[in-house]
Amino acid sequence: MEIVCPAGTPASLRAAVKAGAHTIYCGFADETNARNFPGLNFDRAEMRDGIAFAHARGAKVLVAINTFPRAGGEATWHAAIADAEAAGADAVILADLGLLDRAARHHPGLRRHLSVQAAAANADMINLYADTFGVKRVVLPRVLSVPEIAAINAETQVETEVFVFGGLCVMAEGRCSLSSYATGKSPNMNGVCSPASHVEYVEENGTLDARLGGYTIHRAARGEPAPYPTLCKGCFGAGEKTGHLFEDPVSLNAEQLIPQLEKAGVTALKIEGRQRSSSYVAQVVRNFRAAVDAVAAGRPLPAGMLARLSEGQAGTTGAYRKTWR
Amino acid sequence: MDLTVGPNQFFWKADAWAQLYETLAAEPVDRVVLGELVCSKRAPFYQARIPEAIETLLAAGKEVALTSLALVTLKRERKMTAELAEMGVAVEVNDLTALAHLPEGAPFWVGPLVNVYNEGTLAWLAARGARRVCLPPELTLDSVRVLTAAARDLGVAIEVWGHGRVPLAISGRCYHARLHGRTKDNCQFACEDDPDGLDVRTMDDQPFLAMNGVQTLSHTHASAAHQYGALVEAGVTALRLSPQTGDFAALCRAWRARIDGALDGAGLAAKLEAQAPGVRLSDGFLTGARGVDWSGGRPAA
Repeated sequence: MEIVCPAGTPASLRAAVKAGAHTIYCGFADETNARNFPGLNFDRAEMRDGIAFAHARGAKVLVAINTFPRAGGEATWHAAIADAEAAGADAVILADLGLLDRAARHHPGLRRHLSVQAAAANADMINLYADTFGVKRVVLPRVLSVPEIAAINAETQVETEVFVFGGLCVMAEGRCSLSSYATGKSPNMNGVCSPASHVEYVEENGTLDARLGGYTIHRAARGEPAPYPTLCKGCFGAGEKTGHLFEDPVSLNAEQLIPQLEKAGVTALKIEGRQRSSSYVAQVVRNFRAAVDAVAAGRPLPAGMLARLSEGQAGTTGAYRKTWR
Repeated sequence: MDLTVGPNQFFWKADAWAQLYETLAAEPVDRVVLGELVCSKRAPFYQARIPEAIETLLAAGKEVALTSLALVTLKRERKMTAELAEMGVAVEVNDLTALAHLPEGAPFWVGPLVNVYNEGTLAWLAARGARRVCLPPELTLDSVRVLTAAARDLGVAIEVWGHGRVPLAISGRCYHARLHGRTKDNCQFACEDDPDGLDVRTMDDQPFLAMNGVQTLSHTHASAAHQYGALVEAGVTALRLSPQTGDFAALCRAWRARIDGALDGAGLAAKLEAQAPGVRLSDGFLTGARGVDWSGGRPAA
């Protein structure tokens, strides 16, 4: 199986390639991609050089242009597609219907992948994108169990790519406005979720509050760690209960499910984390490369070495196991 | 300006569900979208009542459409979605799965849960047969203006979220079930006790969101009361009102009075607030810094 690895910087791209990544995904340094964070992503020259570096070592590069263009501002996104093609990208990862239509018409030779942001969660919808826009691969939303993924693969020719490690969206991606409700910054429009610019840590009466947009969504006793206040992983009260009502502060680790995902017909395994350091990326890539090589050779999986790299020290297999729902 | 009543987002008892549409037949709204948007497990409880509700509304001169589910994953959900087109009324697409089952070129409506953020997407949907589009609630007034201008040339009617808790997210996981220590498959219909959703409060005990099964909504009722004039000027032709408990018919009449000029923005807002004590209004997605904000009629900064 193919390992698809994140690169938020040219250094991460090189590190991932050297660590054995088959494929890298990255984006331009603007609102056209869903990891639009300060100091991250690639300018045009960096993209060209990064793709050349990867190609010289037999790796592919996918360019994520997976936010939804602003009304009146589509030219920025159109330029990103054209520039990705000119830089030699192996594919673009798109979510917006208008952009898919544009790419299919104006860049027919550029391979099109459907972003997780399009939330295509069944074979009917995936085949609609394939028939209409020539989409060759879909990144599946994180709402499906392994048997459901197998059922999708049985009904489509489109390759499937699934997340196996890193940050975990609990909500269907591309269909969540929680962040823009609380902060005005939206994953769909701005490529950011629960942005650092709206985070505050306030120490008061012996507790440390983590706030997002002024809303206290975590409270720790002094000396306890205060997690980053991502909305869907925050602490809330409802009815008689208080706690992580949507999701615990866990991150995805589906390493142990690689053999099952392969049996389910998955083409590619995706690692989240374009905002992570190059050393983190290299370490995760090495582990996953070793794991897929072991599976391909019929050897047992190496023991889980990635647990300590996980956010909040706790891993989940998310929706891949049905009881998560 | 037309008034469209959107699908009831919550799980109501079948009698209350049917009563809503019986009442709406006599109210000054122009069209009604009904059916299950949020969770396929709810549908069996009231789906036998849908044909009668459709008939009542059509007989009262309303336009009627059936919504698709917001997120389609299971086999029976795909089947349910495929069958929508056979009900004899328009289909409102709220997940593109529904589009896959409509005959090419057949007219359809697009609901607020489809990502129509720009002219390119609007043009593609229009070419495919979209006749009406209710824009995603997170769009700003500036984006609405650009899209209504584009829609005019495409022959598409543009609708905007007018009143109600905003659908902010949909998930594979049921939060109501999780709250009760259950899984989605064994939910025991925990959401049934919260016909407007369950308040989700911050650690400062501030009301913030509303939990509704697999859906998460705003705690505030988003209201375009103060943007009404600007939306008319932009060329928006309908506002969407989302059903809530209490006197929803009175809420529809209040909006009609705003359209007829009998109420101003502040007058309408006062009536809307009276309908739901303890729930604030918001209009920040249209003109504020963030969705939760309320202009109170003050011009945008």
